[in-house]
Parts: sequence; structure tokens; C-alpha cells
Amino acid sequence: MATTLTLNVNGRAHKVSVEDPQTPLLWVLRENLGLTGTKYGCGVALCGACTVLVNGEPVRSCNAEVSQVAGKNITTIEGLSRDGAHPVQRAWIAEQVPQCGYCQSGQIMSASALLAKNKSPSDADIERAMEGHICSCGTYNRVRKAIHTAAAMLRKGA
Amino acid sequence: MRATVNQGRRQFLKVGAAAGGGLVIGFHLPGVAEAAEGPAKLNAYVRIGADSKVTFVCGQVEMGQGVHNGLAMLLAEELEVDLKNLRIEQGGIDPAFGNPRYIGFKAVGGFQATGGSSSIRNFGNKVRHAGAAARFMLISVGAERMQVLRSECIAENGHVVHKPSGRKVIYGAIASDAARQVAPDEPALKQPSEFKVIGKSTLRHDIPLKVTGRAVYGLDVKRPGMLIATVARCPVFGGKVKSFNAESSLRVPGVRKVVQISSGVAVVADSFWAAKKGRDALEVAWDEGPLAKVSSADMYSQWAALAKGPTAAERLKTGDVAAALAGGAKRVEATYELPFLAHACMEPMNATAHFKGDSCEIWAPTQAQSWNQHAVAQATGLPPKAVTVHTTYLGGGFGRRLESDYVVEAAETSRAAGNVPVKVVWTRDDDLQHDFYRPASHNVLQAALGADGMPTAWRHRIVGTSILQYFKTFGHFLRKDGHDPTSTQGAGDYFPYDIPNVLVDYVNNNQGVPSGFWRSVGNTQNGFILESFVDELAHAAGKDPYQYRRQLFDKPHAARLRGVLDLAAEKAGWGKPLPSGVHRGIAAHFAYGGYCAQVAEVSVARDGKVKVHRVVAAIDSGWVVNPDTVAAQIEGAIYYGLNAALYGEITIRNGRVEQRNFNDYKMARMDEMPKVEVHILEGKGEQGGAGEPGTNPIAPAVCNAIFAATGKRIRKLPIKPEMLRT
Repeated sequence: MATTLTLNVNGRAHKVSVEDPQTPLLWVLRENLGLTGTKYGCGVALCGACTVLVNGEPVRSCNAEVSQVAGKNITTIEGLSRDGAHPVQRAWIAEQVPQCGYCQSGQIMSASALLAKNKSPSDADIERAMEGHICSCGTYNRVRKAIHTAAAMLRKGA
Repeated sequence: MRATVNQGRRQFLKVGAAAGGGLVIGFHLPGVAEAAEGPAKLNAYVRIGADSKVTFVCGQVEMGQGVHNGLAMLLAEELEVDLKNLRIEQGGIDPAFGNPRYIGFKAVGGFQATGGSSSIRNFGNKVRHAGAAARFMLISVGAERMQVLRSECIAENGHVVHKPSGRKVIYGAIASDAARQVAPDEPALKQPSEFKVIGKSTLRHDIPLKVTGRAVYGLDVKRPGMLIATVARCPVFGGKVKSFNAESSLRVPGVRKVVQISSGVAVVADSFWAAKKGRDALEVAWDEGPLAKVSSADMYSQWAALAKGPTAAERLKTGDVAAALAGGAKRVEATYELPFLAHACMEPMNATAHFKGDSCEIWAPTQAQSWNQHAVAQATGLPPKAVTVHTTYLGGGFGRRLESDYVVEAAETSRAAGNVPVKVVWTRDDDLQHDFYRPASHNVLQAALGADGMPTAWRHRIVGTSILQYFKTFGHFLRKDGHDPTSTQGAGDYFPYDIPNVLVDYVNNNQGVPSGFWRSVGNTQNGFILESFVDELAHAAGKDPYQYRRQLFDKPHAARLRGVLDLAAEKAGWGKPLPSGVHRGIAAHFAYGGYCAQVAEVSVARDGKVKVHRVVAAIDSGWVVNPDTVAAQIEGAIYYGLNAALYGEITIRNGRVEQRNFNDYKMARMDEMPKVEVHILEGKGEQGGAGEPGTNPIAPAVCNAIFAATGKRIRKLPIKPEMLRT
């Protein structure tokens, strides 16, 4: 029997119907809501590709049961900004971070959560915040640099 | 051009009118059947609309290597349009998009594929020709339209400009007339001194899509009425379905059908989660077949025996190795072993197919559109032209997506499920357990040193699995004696060292583990072995490893390798003091037309943990289109090679892969990524690739640094802390 839940995603309330309330949030975002910017990488919270924000905290949506996040504020890459205007997204373009790009939505969500709390992160702060992410294209150095760039933008109020 | 560009088989420019007015420039490949769509859509490389919109249609695929943008830069340069206003469209299958690299190889099933670091070097000239031809015709028509002398007109920023008067006409206004012109056979390409775009780092067009979640990868494909499937495959390589019971599976809400296909049993459902739960509930009895007892540990011991055997396929033989080995002042011997590796693309394998009875449409993140087409045609009995392949962005490729297994699965599932569109999604476990693995090998190295410490003999026997026994597209390159050129690649096809007596041979011993292309292919093994063993020789001779290599890279064919070696050594400050506990290693290797040297700065903790602090790389791939993309490729290749050296290992037990996910197939994370400095040596030599050459020097550079730090030689990858604990 299907369950109906209300999900608050990117500032909008969505009624979704799922057969299994334990369905990971990831698949509801991707298949029910069509928000495919959040990616599937491992299914067991090891790679970070599926990272979204739940009440501002980075969460691996591949192992967050949808029923556990109903009513909470969920932000996906599509809701981070209008048209890529978030400082993290602009910094990602400035530093030409992505290669294949598949892991980057998740990396960007974690970076934005870090910078919301800490506008002057050290390399160690960044490494701690980003340690849950795997990028097989090896863009880590550019990710680190882009986070510093975005932090500088935020400090200037950009 | 400062360097020659491989044009492959001669192709002719074709001009046509675009639908709705405008100009289309394409290519005609004589002797190859043309697509049936008619001239307006035929072979389009460039479309200039009546609205002045310029579209570049790219047959090569974008997997992160920046080739859409790189080729578009070449077009923008010749066509004199602003790169920012150029639309880039992924092309379908067309003979005109055939990769000259594979046309030369006579690939079975067609030529359109992206791999072998080939896109810029093999398509660059064609794209430039298309742009230059369009520019030539537009200038002719523009001059006519303005009623001025052609010789007084130039092309500039999407306009034909009459220099003396400053009058100009926009491309769109004259594109339809240009379409009635005859294309010049040899349009004049711009001189390097005239370049505005080539050689400058530009912002990639795909990155805004990738930072906003708008880029569409294979997993993101949506089709009306599409269902999602997972496939239960036999855990043992080569195993088959004996029988299955779908009852419990069909009871999972959302599961629609359970169908048998050639690779296993597909569970077709409304959603991924239902398909996965349905697969969890499925009961399958497998016929595990003859490989049920195969293990990688056994393979290594059998290979060690074969390495001593009398029979092997020769790859490179100069002089008299046996005599030279016997007569040297000093003899050095070592055994090197390399593991199977998975590709671990961040986007797991997947494809969407809609089989419609007399045709089949595919949407896939693929490196190999025409091989997919051929494979689907063979599996379904359809003629190849009835199979359409739409290419999405690829969440990583690394050679894995040159295979067609995952695409065939989607086509078969769509058909078995009743001709409905189906997306087959692989879990990460599926992806790691059903890969085509980088071959494993056992290697015996022997060398003799002369009185001056320089090698007089080099003997390398490789024993291991073969890619071409699996990859039938190139199966005709497998020699009758078992020689597989991908296995000796980087060991015998290009041998950099100036050594008078050399013997490199290979024993092909496949025990059923699917083997495939992995970023830089045979070089990933042989680059490590050659550049580690030569380091051993330098130490045996009591010589500096950098100077020793310099001396060995003495012949003209190794001049470019010496060039990057010198540059990397200089930029890394070779010989200068380092912080306490940090040591350097150096390595250089040629692969896919690119010469790359790297110096790694490494420390080893008491618990054996290796830390790579900094890598200084030098690359010579000939002329450079987008320097930042070349740098990104080297950075990425260093990560890919380093990750393999530190962690990469697929082990087989009872015919099954033991690793399941990133907990046991570990991937290095941000804190393990060294600082990387890339120095581009824009040589005047033949143009080479940039995607693969950077993968190979990192493992030997790191292991040579480990030797400098600890006196322990790593001869078996991956590097394990227990090898180095003190």
C-alpha cells in the first residue's frame, strides 16, 4: 500500500506517493520529483555523490529514508541558487573544477554547508568537510581551491 | 600548424543547406555507406542558421576530458566566431564521425568511439578544415552581397567585414547563399601567429551545466512510460542461469516483470527501489560453469611457473640477451606483480533502451557509439542502421564504456519486457563485480650492467591476462602465438632506453577474468615496471636515478622523453634539500603520443603509511589547444594512477570478485591528494594525446621515492603499509 508524504524541497512542498516509506530520499528526488541533479554513486553513503542539505546539514540521500525527512527542509543542487549564482557555483566555474562532473553536485552541497558556517575555512577544515566525497577524475585540489575562492567571495559579501 | 596532425583516411568536405535556411558543412567518407537522412542532416559538423546561430556537432563524447570544448575551440578559431556563442551538440552515429584512429585499426563494427587520447589529434584538423571552408565560402558570398572585392574582406566575430569601409554582413544573412557554393578542397588554415583562441585557456561550456545539476548523464535519461530494471548476474564469471523463481520478486510492490536475458535475470519495475528490492527477493539457481574455482592467488602462482617456461610470444628482440646477461659485470633480477583493477566510474554502468520490433533506440553514457550499435544489432538481429544511439554526458569513462555489455542488457530487457522503454541501472556492487578489469600480470626482469654501470642487457617476460581475447572489436590483433599488443604496450612497442641487447616477450594466460581497457592500458603496468626496474639499475650502479635515465634516453626517439624528464627535474628542484623525512622519486613514460615525467615527494610513516606531498609533472603532447584542460587531464591522471598504486586491487576467489563497494575498493580522498604542478612543454614534435600519458609515471615515481626513503623496493602493487612498517 502506497504511503503519501509531504516533502519540502527547494522551498516548495511536494506530495509524493511511495510504495515503501524506507525508499531512500535519493530515488524519490530523482524519480518522483525529477530532480536528477542529485546523483547515485554507491548507495551506502561512501562516496558523497548524493549529498543534499536537510535543514542545512549535508546528508547522504542514498541512505536517508524518505519518511525520516518528511517535513524537513531539503535543498538539492537545483535549489542552491537560481541559475548557478551561488558563490560556490561561481567559484567552481572560476576554478574550472569539474571534469566528468558526476560527483560535483554532492561536493558543491557539502561545500555550501561548510561555508554557511565558516567563511574562513582552513585547508584542514575543508578536508574534514569534504572527506566523504570521492571524485574519480581527481578534482580534489581544484575543489579545495574553489572553496577558498567562494569563501573570499562570501567574505566580500558577493 | 607547427606539427603534423594525423588525418587518417582521406575525407571530403560536403556542403549543404540547413533545414530552415542556412549552411551545413560536413564530411563525406568515400566507400563508407552514408546515413540515410538526406543531405541537410548528413554528416553535419557545423551548422550556421539563418538566425546566425552556429552549432558544432561533435561525434566524440564528453566524459570529463574537455573534448567538446577543445574541438569547439578549433572551430571557433577557423570560423571566426565567439566560442561563447557556439552551441555544442552531441552527434549521433555517422561515418563522418568515425575516429581515424580506429579506421586505421579496421575495428569490427564501425569506427565511432572516444578513447586512446585521440580526439584532438585525430579530429582537430578535420574540424579546422570545416571551419576554414565555411569561412572561405562566407567571405566569398559576403563580398558579393556587399558588392566589394573579396580580397578586401575578412571574417571577424560572426561577420564578413569589408576592411576599407568597415561595412559588414552577419553570417546568418548569407549562410543560405553560402550553402550553394562549392566547398574548397584545401581551405587555408590560419597560421599560429593568427590564433585568437587556440593555445589559450578557455572556460569549458559544460561546466555551468555540471555545477547546477542540469547536465544529463545516462542515469538521468527520462522517456515516456520508462521502467527501471536491475539485473541479477551470475557472481561467477561466465556462469549462466539454471532456473529462477520470480514469485517473491513479483510480490514486491512496483515490480512489473521478471525476465531472462543473456546476462542474467532482469527485474523490471516502476522505480529503482522496487527493482532493487525485487532483485533482492529473486531466487536464481546458477550454473556457475568452469570458472567456479578460479582465484587470483592461484593465477599468480601459475604465472610464476609460466614465467620460467620456454614458450613465449616475442615482442621486441635486439642483440643477444642471453650472452649479454651471462657476460655482464653485474646482474640484477626482480619480479613484479600487478593486480586486476576496476574502473570505478562515479556513474555506475547504465543504459536506456526502447526496442520497438523493427528498430531500437538507445540512450547511453558511452564511449563507443558504433560498437554499441553493432553489439545491439547482433544481440537483437536488427540491421545496424535500425539501432540508434543517443549519447549523454558520461560520469567517467576510463575505457570501461568502450564495452557494450551494459547497452546490450538494456536492449534485451526492453524487448523481453514487451517493447517498453527500460533503463537498466547497475548498483555499485554490480559495477565493481562485473567490470572488464585492467589485466593482472607477473613479470620477470633481468638486466646486466657493464663496468660503467650502464645496462648492457634487458630481459622482460610478461605473463598475464589479455584484453583482446575479450574485446573482439580488435580481436584480429591477437597474434596466433598469443601475443596481445595491449599487454606489451609500453614495454616493447616503444622502448625508451638505449640498451644494446633487449628481449621482451609475453605469455598469454587468461583464466576467464574479463579484461578491458583502463586509462592508458598496458602502459599502466609496464610504465610502472620499466621505470621501477630502471631505478633499481641506477641504484645498483650507484648512480643518480635522474642522471641515469638521462643517459639512457640518449637515442633520438627518446629525445622528447628526456625533454620532459629534464623539465620535471628542474621544476622539482631535483638534488636540492627537502624537509626532513621527505624523499624524491622520478619516472618518465611515453603513452598515446604523450611524453610525461613526474617527480614525487613522499614520506613514509613508522606505521608504513605513505604520504605523497607533491608531484611535479611535465608533459609534451605537441601543440596545445586548451592548456588548462591539459593540466586538468594530468592532474586527474595522477590521481587515477596514484589511487591505483595506493589502493587498487580486485581479487578473485571461487570465480567471484571479492570487492563490493568503496569500503573494500577504496578510493583516495581529498586529504590524500598531493599538490600537483603541471608544466607543459609545447614541443614541435608530432601531436599526441593528453588524457592517458599522465597515468603512468606516478606509481613508479612514488615507489622510487619510497625506496629513497626506506631502502625498500615495492615490486607488487598496491602499496600496503605492512610492506613498509618499521
